[in-house]
Amino acid sequence: MTQDEKIERHTISVLVDNEAGVLARVVGLFSGRGYNIESLTVGEVDQSEHTSRITVVTAGTPMVIEQIKAQLDRLVPVHKVMDLTVEANSVEREMALVKVAGTGERRVEALRLSDAFRARVIDTTHTSFVFEVTGTPSKIDAFIGLMRPLGLVDVSRTGVVAIARGPEAM
Amino acid sequence: MAAQELTGAEIVIKALVDQGVDTIFGYPGGAVLPIYDALFQQNKIRHILVRHEQGAVHAAEGYARSTGKPGVVLVTSGPGATNAVTGLTDALMDSIPIVCLTGQVATHLIGSDAFQEADTVGITRHCTKHNWLVKSAPELARVMHEAFYVATHGRPGPVVIDIPKDVQFQKAEYTVSPHITHRTYRPKVKGDIEKIKEAVDLIANAKKPMFYTGGGVINSGTVASQLLREFVRLTGYPVTSTLMGLGAYPASDKQWLGMLGMHGTYEANNAMHDCDVLINIGARFDDRVTGRLDAFSPGSKKIHVDIDASSINKNVHVDVPIIGDCAHVLEDMLRIWKSKARRPDKAALADWWKQIDLWRERKSLSYKTNDEVIKPQQAIQRLFEMTRGRETYITTEVGQHQMWAAQHFHFDEPNRWMTSGGLGTMGYGMPAAIGAQIAHPDALVVDIAGEASILMNMQELSTAVQFMLPIKIFILNNEYMGMVRQWQQLLHEGRYSHSYSDSLPDFVKLAEAYGATGIRAEKPSELDAALKKMIETPGPVMFDCRVDQLENCYPMIPSGAAHNEMILGDDADGASVSEEGKMLV
Repeated sequence: MTQDEKIERHTISVLVDNEAGVLARVVGLFSGRGYNIESLTVGEVDQSEHTSRITVVTAGTPMVIEQIKAQLDRLVPVHKVMDLTVEANSVEREMALVKVAGTGERRVEALRLSDAFRARVIDTTHTSFVFEVTGTPSKIDAFIGLMRPLGLVDVSRTGVVAIARGPEAM
Repeated sequence: MAAQELTGAEIVIKALVDQGVDTIFGYPGGAVLPIYDALFQQNKIRHILVRHEQGAVHAAEGYARSTGKPGVVLVTSGPGATNAVTGLTDALMDSIPIVCLTGQVATHLIGSDAFQEADTVGITRHCTKHNWLVKSAPELARVMHEAFYVATHGRPGPVVIDIPKDVQFQKAEYTVSPHITHRTYRPKVKGDIEKIKEAVDLIANAKKPMFYTGGGVINSGTVASQLLREFVRLTGYPVTSTLMGLGAYPASDKQWLGMLGMHGTYEANNAMHDCDVLINIGARFDDRVTGRLDAFSPGSKKIHVDIDASSINKNVHVDVPIIGDCAHVLEDMLRIWKSKARRPDKAALADWWKQIDLWRERKSLSYKTNDEVIKPQQAIQRLFEMTRGRETYITTEVGQHQMWAAQHFHFDEPNRWMTSGGLGTMGYGMPAAIGAQIAHPDALVVDIAGEASILMNMQELSTAVQFMLPIKIFILNNEYMGMVRQWQQLLHEGRYSHSYSDSLPDFVKLAEAYGATGIRAEKPSELDAALKKMIETPGPVMFDCRVDQLENCYPMIPSGAAHNEMILGDDADGASVSEEGKMLV
C-alpha cells in the first residue's frame, strides 16, 4: 500500500497538433482533475506538420501518473504521449536568466561562481549582471541559491525541456 | 466536378444531411439567424423548437440514446450556449454522442464583449469531448464531419462547433467527403488478444464469477448486447449492471441479479463483494457502484473491458485490463471460449448460485402496500405490468423516483432506458422523452418523474404539445425532494432543510394550461384506472400520482460503507453513516 502511495516525479512529453486552444486543453486537464504541474513548456517543433511538443513535469502516485498519461492521450489533438521517466533514458535541461545586482566583492564573487556553473553574462551594467545558465533544474536551483546572498533581484526560467537518449524519434 | 460555392449556413445544412441527420433540436437567436434561414429553405431536416437550450441538449440525448445515432443541437451565442452547458456536461458524463452547433458573434467582434458574446469554446472545453471555433467558411465542412467522427468514435461524447455569424454568410466550396481519417484521434476498438485469452482463462477457472456490465455495452450497439447475452448464457454466470447499462441483459432472465450499487439489490452487491472473478464489461467503477473503495470486491481478480484507457485503474486497480470496444472484445472472448471448448466449473457454480439464491430470498426490493396511500414502488410496478408487451421507452428525472424506476421497471432490451446517471441532472427526463418520442413516434414514452425535478424543465411540455408528441409524464409526487429528504433523515437527524416542495402547482391544471391532459390519482384503488387512462389518452399526458410522502428508497449502501453493509429498510437498526461517509456525496 505504501508503495502505491509514494509520490513520484515524472517528465512527460506530449506531441500535439498545433491548433488553437491545445495548451488550454492540457492545462485545463491538470487543473480540472487536480493534478500537479511542476513545470510546463511548449513550442512548435515542426512547422510544416503543425506539431508542437509539450513537456510537463508532474508529481503523483503511480496510479495518478498512469491516469495523467491516459487522460492526455485521449485529448483529440494529441498525437503521442511519452513518459520520459519510465519509457526512455532521457536528458532534460532548463535555462534561466538570473539578474544579480551589487558592487565590490559581492559582484566579483557572483562572476566567479557563474564561471563555475558555465553561466554566460548576457547583460551588464556597473551594478548588475544578467546570467544565462543552462542545466538540470537542480543545477539551476543551486545557482540561484548561491546568487541569493550576492544580490539576486530577478529570475526568469524556461521550465524543463526533455528528450529521449538514442537514435529513435518519440 | 467543380464544387459549387455555398454559404457557411448552407454548408452546415449540407454537412448535416450528408451525415444522415434528419432531426435537430434547437432555439434560434441573433447569431444563428443565417443557419435558421437555410433551415427554412429546405425540407430534409426537421427542426424541433424547444423552450430552453438545456432542453434541446437533453432532447438530443434522448434521441441519441434511444436510436444509437448522434443527437444534434442548434443554439445561439451567449446565453444560448451557456444554457446548453448542463446538457453538454450530462452527455459527457454519460458518454452520449451529441453535436452541438452554437452561433457566435462575428469574428471581428470576438473579444470585444459584444452583445450575446460568450467564450463558448472556453466555457465548453471542460464539458465536451472536443470543440472547435470555426474562423472561416472553407474550414467549416471539414470541421462538421470531423465533429461527427469525434462524437461517435471511441468513447462517445458531446462536441461543440462554434460558428461566428460572418462565417455563416461567407461563401466557400463544399468539397469534403463525409468519411474522414482523423489526423490524431483513432481510438482502438480491438482488444489485445493476449489479454483477452488471459481473461477467458480467468473466467473459465472462476469458482464465484460475476459479470458487471455498464453503459459501454449499450453504447457499443445492439450487437454488443447480443454478444453479452450469448456469453453470459454460455457460462451460466450471474450478471448485474450499472444504472446506465440496464437493458443490455434482459431483466426477465434467471441469471440477472438486478442493478448493483448504492440502491442495487442485496444479491447483486453481495455477489460483487464475495466473487472471485469480476468481469467488468463497459462500466467504470463509479463511486455509486463501488461504495467504500478499500472494501470493494476484496477477494476478486478483476477484468476490465473499456474503450477509454483512462477508465482503467482510475478508481479500482484491475488485474486484466482490456482496452477496446465491448462488441469487439466480447466477440473475441466468445470465439476463444468456444475454440478452446471452455466449460465452467459446474460444481463450484452450483454452490455459488446456492449462495446467491439465499441472498435473493431476502427480497431486498420488497415494500409494504396498504389501502390508504400509493407506494411509489407500487406505482412503478403497476406501470411496468400495464405496459408489458408494448414498445416502451422510459426516461427519468433524478432522485428517489429514478432509483425506484431502475429497481422496479424491468428492461429486456437495450436503448429503452434513458436516465441521467453520471451528472444526476434534475430536469433531464421530459426533454429526453421528447427526443425519444421524436425518434420513435409510435412507441410509448414515459418520463418517470418527481414533482421537484419536473419543474426544472417544465417549459418543455409546450414543445411536446406543439409537435403533438404523446409523451406521458408520470410524476411520483411526494411533495419532497425525496432523496435529499432521505439523506437529511439518515445523515442530519431529520432536519429537513429546504427539501419540502412548497407551493406546488396543481399539475392537472398546469397540464391543461399547456394544452395537455392532466390526470391525478391519490388512492391505491384509483391507480390502475388512472394508469390505463394515461396510456390510452392520445397526446401528451401529465399524471400527478400522489404517493407516500416519507417512503425511503431501499436497499441502500450508506456513504462510506461496503457492498456487504447494506441497509435493507427503515426498521434496520444500526443503519448509521460514519463521519467519513458524511463527507461523501
